Amino acid sequence: MTNALPARATREAFGETLVEFAQAGLDVVAVDADLAGSTTTKKLGAYDPARLVDVGIAESDMIGVAAGLSLTGRIPFTGSFAVFGTGRCYDQIRNTVCYGKLNVKVCPTHAGLSVGPDGGSHQMLEDIALMNALPNMRVLVPADYESARAAIRLSAAIEGPVYVRMGRAKVPQVYEPGFEMVLGGSRVLREGTDVTIIACGIEVDQALKAAEKLAEQGVSAEVIDAYSVKPLDEKTILASAAKTGRVVTCEEHSVNGGLGSIVASVLARNNPCPMRMIGTQDVFGTSGELAELLVKYGCDDNAIVAAAKELLA
Amino acid sequence: MSGSNTTFDVARVRAAATQMRRDIVSMLHEAGSGHPGGSLSATDFVATLYFGGTLRHDPANPADPERDRFVLSKGHAAPALYAVLAQDGYFPREWLPTLRKLGSHLQGHPDMNKCPGVEVSTGSLGQGLSIGAGMAMGLAADAAKAGTDPRRVFVLMGDGELQEGQVWEAAMFAAHRKLTNLVAIVDNNNLQIDGHLCDVVELGDIASKFASFGWRVVEVSDGNDVEECQSALEFACANESDQPVAIILHTVKGKGVSFMEDQAGWHGKAPNEAELALALAEIDAAAQA
Repeated sequence: MTNALPARATREAFGETLVEFAQAGLDVVAVDADLAGSTTTKKLGAYDPARLVDVGIAESDMIGVAAGLSLTGRIPFTGSFAVFGTGRCYDQIRNTVCYGKLNVKVCPTHAGLSVGPDGGSHQMLEDIALMNALPNMRVLVPADYESARAAIRLSAAIEGPVYVRMGRAKVPQVYEPGFEMVLGGSRVLREGTDVTIIACGIEVDQALKAAEKLAEQGVSAEVIDAYSVKPLDEKTILASAAKTGRVVTCEEHSVNGGLGSIVASVLARNNPCPMRMIGTQDVFGTSGELAELLVKYGCDDNAIVAAAKELLA
Repeated sequence: MSGSNTTFDVARVRAAATQMRRDIVSMLHEAGSGHPGGSLSATDFVATLYFGGTLRHDPANPADPERDRFVLSKGHAAPALYAVLAQDGYFPREWLPTLRKLGSHLQGHPDMNKCPGVEVSTGSLGQGLSIGAGMAMGLAADAAKAGTDPRRVFVLMGDGELQEGQVWEAAMFAAHRKLTNLVAIVDNNNLQIDGHLCDVVELGDIASKFASFGWRVVEVSDGNDVEECQSALEFACANESDQPVAIILHTVKGKGVSFMEDQAGWHGKAPNEAELALALAEIDAAAQA
């Protein structure tokens, strides 16, 4: 596929794309909470200091200020880390942004296990569940740098609240430059007939690797990138499940309330079939490097292979 | 546009406050639930803001870009907001008895997508000052670009609401950013749901708290006196410092209805038929006096 392209972090797409928006004349601003360097919103501030509003270590204020700015015609993108930028200010996102249907893009970085050494307090594994539960919120989970660029572009193009999940660590490239995301869409990255693997975020690359290993063992796996978690591409997922009859979901997130739960809900209501859910099993993370954490928490390609084979047994 | 050329007429504003009180107790009785105490304590200030000449606004055009903005951070005082908006012609008076009912434009807490004149949906305390700060930033930037006077944002909070930490996040931010077109107003009626503030969690001296956060503070010894409210608003609008202004209104919860005054129990209870009759009689009598 695109193995020639270097691994890049999804968060690298954030500040860069905001700068492009500003250059194109879009009225974007970033509202961050003392993490502008890490989230890369600092790049927008370097381009135009008036466009970066750093509220300090005050995530609730961050959401409120962004809301207020959106009510003067700006398109605010909020920063901070996923754990603080969705969890700490959840009521603010719910009661001000979502209830009012405000045009605020909630885009914290450092979601999931890939935060690494900072440890369990910082490895946010519940953000997809939290954001998915909110009415009027759309949830995009890009798999790599190029799709993160697409996600940021899409979030600016649609009206109302959007959550874009981004991470700290460099991850392998999945998409070509110029990839466009569609709200409510997905991408079938590999066709197959024996088992459907539905992944999001960094698990997409793991799923593709798993599919290669499965192929060597004579198993034909279909791999779908469910980058639009809300609204979900139910049509594509149901068609695939109808074809293969077996579904493995994969996410760098808890199996409680994330992609797996959401897919299970769709399948149960339409076409129940055996499932396995790859993700963290109702536990907090721990300090370590991404590669070893993926193994520890059963989220690497080998775990996906094992889950698929369980369904085929 | 109302407000910009209106001069302060004390009789006019008092009459407006009286009508607001009638409407507040009536709509709450009809609804069977809601918040009279904090609506009545805020009534005189809100009447002054809308009818005294400070708030530049146009009921015929709620989205007028030239308008100032009012954020009711203490969203449970929605009846006061609905009463002033109805009286000012933002929507038909016929809406008032629909308060809190299924399908109503007048939700239990203000809904910006259902009621004209509501700048932002509120109800969860502590958020309005942050929202107001964001609005003020944007409006100041617009004004700087256009070479005009910045539009102002008035944020009304409760005193119990100041127990929410986010208020102080916003206060620090606003002072740091010199958001002088942001005006914070505290309805200091000394009561919250579980009793007097001094018994639940003592707030201390609100004025000195805001001052230490970098604000210019004006205290209004009788926050239920429209003339005193007007003086404070004039002070805020004449502010040439680089600090935002906080107005501390010393008010009486439930002001205007004797059996509700200074009673924690009347925070969130609607008057029954007999209580409504008594309340209306008192309001009318006070208007004659």
